[in-house]
Amino acid sequence: MASQSYIDVGMFAVIAIGFVVVSMWLNRVVAPFHPDRAKLESYECGEDPLMDAQINFHIRYYVFALTFFVFDVEAIFMYPWAVNFRNFGSNALFVIVEMFVFLVILALGLAYAWRKKVLQWV
Amino acid sequence: MSPIVASIIKGTVALLWVVLNALFLVWFERKVAAWIQNRMGPMRVGRWGWAQTIADGIKCLMKEDIIPLAADKPLFVIAPMVSVASAVLIWIVIPFGPGKSGVFSDLPIGIIFIAAVTSLSVVAVFMSGWGSNNKYALFGAMRGAAQMISYEVALVMSILGVVMLAGSLSLQDIITRQTEAGILGWYLFRQPIAFIIYVIAALAELNRAPFDLMEAESELVSGYHTEYSGLRWLLFMLAEYGHMLAWSAIAASLFMGGWTGPGLGALAGRIPAFDLFNYGIWPYLTGFFWFAFKTYLFIFLAMWLRWTLPRVRIDQLMDLGWKFLLPVSLVNIAATAVLANVWGWYAK
Repeated sequence: MASQSYIDVGMFAVIAIGFVVVSMWLNRVVAPFHPDRAKLESYECGEDPLMDAQINFHIRYYVFALTFFVFDVEAIFMYPWAVNFRNFGSNALFVIVEMFVFLVILALGLAYAWRKKVLQWV
Repeated sequence: MSPIVASIIKGTVALLWVVLNALFLVWFERKVAAWIQNRMGPMRVGRWGWAQTIADGIKCLMKEDIIPLAADKPLFVIAPMVSVASAVLIWIVIPFGPGKSGVFSDLPIGIIFIAAVTSLSVVAVFMSGWGSNNKYALFGAMRGAAQMISYEVALVMSILGVVMLAGSLSLQDIITRQTEAGILGWYLFRQPIAFIIYVIAALAELNRAPFDLMEAESELVSGYHTEYSGLRWLLFMLAEYGHMLAWSAIAASLFMGGWTGPGLGALAGRIPAFDLFNYGIWPYLTGFFWFAFKTYLFIFLAMWLRWTLPRVRIDQLMDLGWKFLLPVSLVNIAATAVLANVWGWYAK
């Protein structure tokens, strides 16, 4: 049963990509194809393109990516807890307090990033 | 039936579902926009312009395929594939009707699968922006990546509240859990804060107005797909509408009981002949009706917002995500934990 699910996942991806490939092939068959230099230029409002667009990034994207990474990983840690949330029984209070400690650390991290102006979009 | 053949059939059905709905949604969006702005919208092709999108699709198919010389060709070509693949893959876990046959494959990791697959669209956006080697495209893609990862955190955290109450990651389980207490069991009523965060964050994930900063026609010339034209551009649009449909369906499943709803079979007590609606294909048809109805409610909400609200600024957008939605969703998790277990709210 489990293997069927993963065959599904693979096959859905293959079918979706196959759809794109087939429609691009169909496009190649029915559409005209006359490339020339001006047509294949990068679009820059009609001007000649100035330099390459693949430049160095601003550091703020990097910092946002790092913050995202931290929070996304922590969210994954919280999911197993959330799934079993109803089954803790007599341990409930202890487990909840434990998760609160985790949440507080997470919130402190957010407060730190906030204070350090990481979240500021200049 | 061998598992591979079954998978191929399911995959084709999912693809058709996405394509047909995207065709309809493009037309519907133009009509909704027209109604809101007191216009007619497309009227020429077919009655009320119903065939307009089909005509546009054929037009795009006949267009020359242009790949700029400066572009990074592999990235440029692969990006639409990733985008379409993620739009189709989400449908594996979304239930259309009751039981095992109501869903393509009820993966036990449902919610996490959705989060993982939808993140692929960020990759597609970035591949296309970087691969185009165009300044507008790159700016659009950088903004888009920053925006989508920011809101994904809030989104995942808001769904956590629902998962706590449902005790499962499978969407089918979450739906059946909600119906145990009737309509008031809907997580729309039990997790209202999570619901609001979800709607805002999903709009931002979809890059729809008021959060369409990465496309921002007036400043970025449609952002990451500036260099895409003809059929490749159409494939991006297809994926975009596919994602919109999927997020609406997930919203309906998580917060409004998905496919559950009263069918004609409920009248069997009064009209004995209606008992027939409780068996065979009828529960699936009723389920599909309610699923589609609730999904389209959310789609209409998204369109309504798009044509009503002006675009926000990028610093406002980032502030809303990190400094408001994320802290509120953390508080929501804590509040849910306390209310559910310490004070025993939400008991079935």
